[in-house]
Amino acid sequence: MKALRCRECGREYPLEARHVCEFDFGPLEVVYDYERIKSKLTRKSIASRPQTMWRYRELLPVAKEPTVGLEVGFTPLIKADRLAKRLGIRELWIKNDTVNYPTLSFKDRVVSVALSRARELGYETVACASTGNLANSVAANAAASGMKAFVFIPHDLEHGKVVNSLIYNAHVISIKGHYDEVNRLCAEIAGKYDWAFVNVNMRPYYAEGSKSQGFEIVEQLGWKIPRHTVVPMASGSLLTKIQKSYQEAVKVGLVKETPYSVHGAQATGCSPISTAFREGQDFFKPVKPKTIAKSLAIGTPADGFYALKVFAETNGSADDVTDDEIREGIKLLAETEGIFSETAGGVTVGVAKKLIASGIIPANDSAVLCVTGHGLKTLDAVEKHAGHTREISPSLREFDALLESDKELAATK
Amino acid sequence: MPVQVRIPAPLRKLTHDEEVVETSAETIGDAITDLESRYPGLQERLLDDDGQVRRFVNVYVNEEDIRFLQEKETPLKDGDEVSIIPAIAGG
Repeated sequence: MKALRCRECGREYPLEARHVCEFDFGPLEVVYDYERIKSKLTRKSIASRPQTMWRYRELLPVAKEPTVGLEVGFTPLIKADRLAKRLGIRELWIKNDTVNYPTLSFKDRVVSVALSRARELGYETVACASTGNLANSVAANAAASGMKAFVFIPHDLEHGKVVNSLIYNAHVISIKGHYDEVNRLCAEIAGKYDWAFVNVNMRPYYAEGSKSQGFEIVEQLGWKIPRHTVVPMASGSLLTKIQKSYQEAVKVGLVKETPYSVHGAQATGCSPISTAFREGQDFFKPVKPKTIAKSLAIGTPADGFYALKVFAETNGSADDVTDDEIREGIKLLAETEGIFSETAGGVTVGVAKKLIASGIIPANDSAVLCVTGHGLKTLDAVEKHAGHTREISPSLREFDALLESDKELAATK
Repeated sequence: MPVQVRIPAPLRKLTHDEEVVETSAETIGDAITDLESRYPGLQERLLDDDGQVRRFVNVYVNEEDIRFLQEKETPLKDGDEVSIIPAIAGG
């Protein structure tokens, strides 16, 4: 790491806990010395390291050895032939972050970076504004590293996500409002209390953790950049960092540059970025979210502007799907590949289906879908749509009778 | 009671470390002009060259984003609270 730099005006700042440029409020990004990294980070040195996200450590913003989340990442990249057939595409892969360690979402990547860096900067208390997954990960990783945690969530989150934060003994503050209001409050709290707010003052470090997902995809494909990548969008941060990971992998000589497109997926009930894309705007109009995909329910997406730039630069696109299509996407992924994703995964699968059907992702190409969180966290969204159990007494006769009487079961006999 | 404007940390150097400043302006646009006269430099941090609110600056009146109201023309009345907040990342 060399410095923090404003993405808008280029002004540089020291490597502290600060996230916006004092001049124009533009986001700050970490600046690296790529020439130096190039000599140390090679396919060979990476292969010799443990299979975690930290095998790309030189491209992650910590000054010393990481201290939090050492086991995070290197989740499976699954060749999804059965889903490919259903969606009508030649080759399809699932980057399966539903099994990320320890809290079953891609947020463990960003949190391990943010908390490792927070430690380096001397913080003992960490905090976040969250739609759920980030709260789970901050709570768990803070517990595992002996830090204190405050997590701020909208009051209407899925029950599973709330329990999943409380269990680690984090202070969970439920805010009577939607995520954008939680965010606004946290910006003010972060200005007043000297804590490491992972997605406020630690944002430049935090956001970089998402790149590890892209590095892993490239390595797991045999050092190739996928022709198409479909990424769910809330603030748009993950999507911009996937592009950045591909760019950096080229820059440090890990992979040859080949054409690639990065596509974004949103829920129709909160689609400021895909709407702006469809209308050909270079900036989004904020919305008030109303969708079952609560982890993506950010109406004022901080990286929306940059996400739109990614589509323009990579010949990518964006689309959105309704709540029904989200549930269908979750079921399709589960039925064909045995992967149970949360609502955001249903968004990604649903949008991929649309992009393939419309030819934006051509049928003879290859695509990677980023599936970012586990379905057990959002049971509320699907439990009434997942089918039903058949209850009988422990009697063979009753079972025989059930097979005879139930058409669906009879067909599988 | 005049309108209270909450100043975010990155701008407090300009307001001599004041967290809250007051104005009696009648719209957001006028409030920015008024604050500029007392705290020179504030306006160019908030508005771009075309006089529009910068894309990474969010302005709220009583917790409502002015982009859902009347943007710079959003009216202010006594007792309103204005917050200026940088955009922040997802979660």
